[in-house]
Amino acid sequence: MKYLHLIWSALFRRKTRTLFTIVSVIAAFLLFGLLNSVRDAFTSAGHNVAGASRMITMSKESFVVSLPTSLLMRIQAVPGVSAVTYASWFGGYYQEPKNQLVAEAVAPNYFDLYPEWVLPAAQLQAFHRTRTGVVVGQSLAEHYHWKLGDKIPLQATIFPQKDGSNVWTFDLVGIYHVNDPRLKGEEGALFFNWDYFDQATQFGGGKAGWYVLRVAQPKDADRVARAIDTLSANSDHETKTQSEDAFQTSFVSQFADIGLIVGSIMGAVFFTLILLTGNTMAQAVRERIPELAILKTIGFSNRSVLALVLAESVLLLALGGAIGLLISGAVVSGIRAKLGPQFPMLPVGGDAWAEGIALMVIIGLVVGALPARRGMKLRIIDALSGR
Amino acid sequence: MSPLVEIRSLSKVYTRGRQKIEVLHHVDLDIAAGDFLALMGPSGSGKTTLLNLIGGLDSPSEGTIAVAEKRIDRLGQSELARWRSNHVGFVFQFYNLLPMLSATRNVELPLLLTKLPASKRRSHAAVALELVGLADRAAHKPGELSGGQQQRVAIARAIVSDPTLLVCDEPTGDLDRQSAVEVLTLLQRLNREHGKTIVMVTHDPKAAEYATHTLHLDKGTLVEAGAAVAAVAAAS
Repeated sequence: MKYLHLIWSALFRRKTRTLFTIVSVIAAFLLFGLLNSVRDAFTSAGHNVAGASRMITMSKESFVVSLPTSLLMRIQAVPGVSAVTYASWFGGYYQEPKNQLVAEAVAPNYFDLYPEWVLPAAQLQAFHRTRTGVVVGQSLAEHYHWKLGDKIPLQATIFPQKDGSNVWTFDLVGIYHVNDPRLKGEEGALFFNWDYFDQATQFGGGKAGWYVLRVAQPKDADRVARAIDTLSANSDHETKTQSEDAFQTSFVSQFADIGLIVGSIMGAVFFTLILLTGNTMAQAVRERIPELAILKTIGFSNRSVLALVLAESVLLLALGGAIGLLISGAVVSGIRAKLGPQFPMLPVGGDAWAEGIALMVIIGLVVGALPARRGMKLRIIDALSGR
Repeated sequence: MSPLVEIRSLSKVYTRGRQKIEVLHHVDLDIAAGDFLALMGPSGSGKTTLLNLIGGLDSPSEGTIAVAEKRIDRLGQSELARWRSNHVGFVFQFYNLLPMLSATRNVELPLLLTKLPASKRRSHAAVALELVGLADRAAHKPGELSGGQQQRVAIARAIVSDPTLLVCDEPTGDLDRQSAVEVLTLLQRLNREHGKTIVMVTHDPKAAEYATHTLHLDKGTLVEAGAAVAAVAAAS
């Protein structure tokens, strides 16, 4: 710590240049925080202890192709399966097309398979009792200021009612929440009774979008998946059973490979950042060669000079990086408040900070390495005489 | 009693491309503790090279240098760095202060290498600045000080860790006459009142008058006083 003032003053020797460099570091880490938040929202779904024993059975053909509900009993009979439920995609929006919703029609026991979603027993019973009942996540309820007892009219985009109306009016009977902050994105969904949906829609007919099952032993997952898929082999509704993780990944990859996109953007951003900050550090050290020579004259060792320059470089990254991540946290909160939980972003939390700090240190060391080596290797008498 | 600095058959050869240049040629020199030695000679005579070797900034090609009976020619780079921090204070022609640090922070620099707590470092720096007459400029940065004042800050930095030896390379070379007199008087006072051993390289015969001894170098060799005067006269 006793060298901090020395490092700090060296860093701000050229204030304008350092400030511009810090602004570019802030921009890079702001982007990192935002993109990381999106990627985490996509990848964290289902990545939890409860999710480890859950599997999804869907049409082998496509996610949008429905499966007969007659499969329910047959899946339940497969050895190793401890519980099964099913759901269908509904979609739709609330009030305006921009308010798209993750809405699903679900079987009565659907919530039994998601113990991480905390729903009071009385509200679950109300859901079972109320034909037009709907359960929503807490984030979604807060975003639209919904409270228990509200009527919620949803505009269907795919499934009109039998009378031709696209408006489905539901009664809000339950609000669930999740305790794990990493799973907050799961509070953005809306669920209603599959029976009501199947009877009321023009496109009913006893079809389920997908099945969710729990295996008694996660180690049996592969065997159970093969056994379930064998049930429909060579039929017109062949299935594909996979872990919830794999399902989430394949679901997201229907739209795009988020990980690849985020990784590519971040790679390009940090590569540019390395060039920029590397240039700044190289210039800063080049200008200070006589000063570094003086430090060595006074008795600073080669290693001390190396450490001072590296520390300066890491401090440059840490300052910009910390500000960038703080801003990204505020921006993510703002976006979530404005656009609601439908927008896939998780708060910038401890994991993002840990990853960000590691990046700051690594990039700081990388960009400081060559200038620090130059400082370490300089010969005092050459440097003092301007050679 | 053995001298503080004992130099025997000291040579220094630089290689520039394929050419070898012998800057010092078998120099023998003793400097007693408490001495104020002025090293004079024409440009290229090797006086700064000799000063650098005495201060442990460079290593000889041949010969030995002992300071307070310690053979510094045998020390490696990191040992030399540690030795310099404990035993030598440096004053240069162009002050070589760190421009972004205040006078106090500049003076405090050598003490960062000690285990002194921050409060002690500050008080030592304050005493050194007081000694050079710049207590009222402690918070000023080098850019806010005159040349003479900057050189006095450099002297405070050189003495703050109470070194065995002060080496000064043209300390008045960049100063006006008035400032030069102030700096030389200060060095003389450090020598007389505080017993500091000082080796000073200078071109200026008036500066050399402040020293207790003057030696002349010519073409890498210490010369006799009479011959030296002729050499200096010829060079000028």
